[in-house]
Amino acid sequence: MNTLTPKRLTLYLLLAPAILWLLLLIILPHVGMGMISFRERIGPGEFAGSLKQYRTFFEEPLYWNTFVRTAVMSLIATIMALVMAFPVAWTIAKVAKGRLKALMLAATLLPFWASELVRTLGWLILLRGSGVIPQFLAFIGVTDQPVELLYHDATILVGLIYSSLLFMLVPLINALETLDDSLIEAAYDLGGNRLNILRKIIIPHAAPGIAAGSIMVFMLTLGNYLTPVVLGGKSSMWFTEQIYTQFITRFNWEQGAAFAFLLLGLSSVLVWLGLKITGQRFADAMRRT
Amino acid sequence: MLNHKLKLSAGAVLAVFAFHAQADEQVLRLLTWADYAPQAVVDQFKKETGISVEVTLSNNEEMISKLRATGGAGYDLVNPSQDRITGPAKEFGIYQPIDLKKVKTANFIPSMLESTKKVTGLGGKVYGVPLFWGTDGLVVNSAKSKAADYSDLCKPEYAGKTAVRLKRPTLIGMAFSMGKDPFKAYANPKQYEAIMTAAGDKLISCKKNLKYFWESKDQLLNDIRNGEVVAAQMWDAGGWKLNTENATIKFIAPKSGALGWVDTFAIPSKAKNLDAAYKWINFISRPEIAAKVAKSAGSFTAIKGAENFMDEVMKKQLAESFPPAALKNIKWYPAIPAGLEEVDGKVLDKIKASN
Amino acid sequence: MQTSSNTAPIDLSVQEVSKHYTNFTAVNRLSLDVPKGSFFSILGPSGCGKTTLLRMIAGFITPDEGDIVIGGKSMRNVAPNRRPVNMVFQHLALFPMMSVGENVGYGLARRGLTKGEISKKADAMLERVGLPGIAGKRIDQLSGGQKQRVAIARSLVLEPTLLLLDEPLGALDLKLREHMKLELKQLQNEVGTTFVYITHDQSEALVMSDRVAVMNKGQFEQVGTPQELYYHPKTAFVAGFVGNSNRLEGVLTNAAEGKTASGLTLALTPTQPASSGATSMFIRPETIALSRQETEIASFANRLPCKVETLFFDGANSTVQVKEVATGTQLHVALPHTGQHSDLVPGETVFIGIRAEHVQAFQG
Repeated sequence: MNTLTPKRLTLYLLLAPAILWLLLLIILPHVGMGMISFRERIGPGEFAGSLKQYRTFFEEPLYWNTFVRTAVMSLIATIMALVMAFPVAWTIAKVAKGRLKALMLAATLLPFWASELVRTLGWLILLRGSGVIPQFLAFIGVTDQPVELLYHDATILVGLIYSSLLFMLVPLINALETLDDSLIEAAYDLGGNRLNILRKIIIPHAAPGIAAGSIMVFMLTLGNYLTPVVLGGKSSMWFTEQIYTQFITRFNWEQGAAFAFLLLGLSSVLVWLGLKITGQRFADAMRRT
Repeated sequence: MLNHKLKLSAGAVLAVFAFHAQADEQVLRLLTWADYAPQAVVDQFKKETGISVEVTLSNNEEMISKLRATGGAGYDLVNPSQDRITGPAKEFGIYQPIDLKKVKTANFIPSMLESTKKVTGLGGKVYGVPLFWGTDGLVVNSAKSKAADYSDLCKPEYAGKTAVRLKRPTLIGMAFSMGKDPFKAYANPKQYEAIMTAAGDKLISCKKNLKYFWESKDQLLNDIRNGEVVAAQMWDAGGWKLNTENATIKFIAPKSGALGWVDTFAIPSKAKNLDAAYKWINFISRPEIAAKVAKSAGSFTAIKGAENFMDEVMKKQLAESFPPAALKNIKWYPAIPAGLEEVDGKVLDKIKASN
Repeated sequence: MQTSSNTAPIDLSVQEVSKHYTNFTAVNRLSLDVPKGSFFSILGPSGCGKTTLLRMIAGFITPDEGDIVIGGKSMRNVAPNRRPVNMVFQHLALFPMMSVGENVGYGLARRGLTKGEISKKADAMLERVGLPGIAGKRIDQLSGGQKQRVAIARSLVLEPTLLLLDEPLGALDLKLREHMKLELKQLQNEVGTTFVYITHDQSEALVMSDRVAVMNKGQFEQVGTPQELYYHPKTAFVAGFVGNSNRLEGVLTNAAEGKTASGLTLALTPTQPASSGATSMFIRPETIALSRQETEIASFANRLPCKVETLFFDGANSTVQVKEVATGTQLHVALPHTGQHSDLVPGETVFIGIRAEHVQAFQG
């Protein structure tokens, strides 16, 4: 009791909503999911504790393949988003000034005023066989006739990158804005060339922003459901789709919960690995976002 | 313990909704398919009974999932297909028996009512009464395709211009077109699995022929309209809708038989407003109302005399799609025993993952 | 302009260089020669164009007109990373993502030296600037003065023909700044590299430089030794900017006499041959003799009885503000370093004497 000074009490009260939020909306459901994932249906409405759901995952190559495929494509999407966002972030942070800068920032935000569904359907309209882009390609003679650009893995990547680019851009812009221009000039003055300055000065400085953006994009793509389902082709499997299917159309909550936990584990491990490899600290990266 | 927790939280959510409902007025919470509760009919119901209808749109799987999550609470009335009632009722306890004394059974076509009572019967009780029936078959652009059965979708001349749904009706239909009878095998899981695996393999070999596995009805209809798809597995209402716009597009019953489904009224086990649910059932089963809903849904009803109010175009389309032999050849879905969906799921996953 | 007074070869030659921006001209047809091994300062208020000039020499800005020649070679179309010039930035621009050793070795590594050579040279240079054995430290572990020296070491290790310094002492506190001034001058003496130093602080320029250019509005007002600038300013701007002065506005009544706006008549030495017209008169506080007895200032051309107003005690820089009795003209007078007159009290009557050559008049 003697430790509960008014100051401490205030602190607890201030933290209470955040803690409640965490507990009610994040921790409790996960505990529930975890418990469901470790059981098995043995009869109508009867369940017993079991590792069957996890065993199924490792024994069934289909699930395993989908898992790996989702991870690999998310990684590719993350790397491509980084490569595409970097020049844009550089332009906004360092080249553009005043109104132009505000305008460019607004332009990157603009697509997010529409819902993700609308944005994804937009791609559908652009890329479909009778859509704008295939027709245009045929018109200017790149292809003999309109080609179906939808339903390829590349289409999914385009959609994933498009819907997550902003989350790469913002931390990158933040990181690059804090880079003192004189550092670049100094390096140039000391004999550095563009590539070397990029490698030795700009990227190390932006590293926490790069890590933050990559973590966000990676998690977003890994957990994306809509884009792979709408833009994906006949063979496109996405792990979240598998989770949805297990929960909703197979009525197999146990399997779905196990999949959800595996996905959580995968994203945690990959983020941890990424930070480890690039020598970043999680706290630093998160401060950038 | 977990179930208890889930129930508790569901109860809390419900309490909020219930309070909201009671504070205002009488409300019927209806979980149904798109077009099954057109606004005009909802308005008329409100005028006659003072009960407003809160409509939630859904499909067979989601209906079960939603009710399962709450243990059968949150809605007063549902419109699941008749084959999807007894399984979940037994497994998850999400439905309660229908009190046939409260239903004006005289409004229903007797043969259909009897058949549904049989299919949705469990432990001597009835869990569903029929509302609409319809079929799964083929939508064909007759100018560009001569497809007459599901297996024709795999013919090379239609490469890249056909589509099916990656759902169990597709497997069932494909099995029938291969000369098998999956419905007879419902009672024999081993045999059923063999049939479905064979149908799955056929679809895998057919996969490169398909433009896509369609997800949204509108997407498919659009692609048929603009000629990107010339033949597809689809239900009748969609085919007739296109037929009305363009006579060369037809809905046809496949040679091996169209698949027949019946959508029903079923009452969730924890429905709050039973009175309103029965009122809605009896309201909809009035022939002139049933005809209105049928027009909106593009389906045929199980209500006696509704055809007198039906659109002539629809009657003609039905006659064109279903000559007497084809009508007789419709394969009606029997109730699905629990556990079969897992077999279907694995086969469907395999199709999706194959290259 | 003028040529250098000694015969050393010219390391930097700025020839008729201009830089125009949309609304103003930052540097206007400016020429400049800096002989090898000298410490050259460009002194001017902010906005005078000195930074633009420095950045043109470094290569970050391309001149609109004119040429810059370094070590006898024209720098037209030569990028900053190819110029035999290195720069110490205003905020030093040390690379926080690298250690001290990596900072100093950065330029050497760009020249393709081996790791061993780089670390040997970097260590030697760090020792030379008085920081032996800190190569492994992080930048944020250094004090302000140490950072300063690392920044200079990072540039000097490349043995540039010319070292440019952009007000590098600005961020330091006063004591350290005084100390670094001396150290920088000493370092330049030792290494013999040509330094071009820009600053708005006249004291930095006077203490360290062999020659100083006073810059104003994109042009040089005067180039000369610190002594020339201080004792023989050629323009009113230089007289006002270099050192402290009493500035009195007025008119020339004849070639050797002026009258301030307040009505005080002063014997003076005009810097330009002129005998009438508006004029600015400058009198340095330390050239004014102060006495309680009128007789002690009998030899001065201007002898003025004054009343003490305020005493500003600042150790060696102590001054007193007095008011001339007849006209009310206010003047700052330096107090002798001996401590004499430190007992003056406001209201006391004193006498001040000013020689005619210490009243410098400029037409303005």
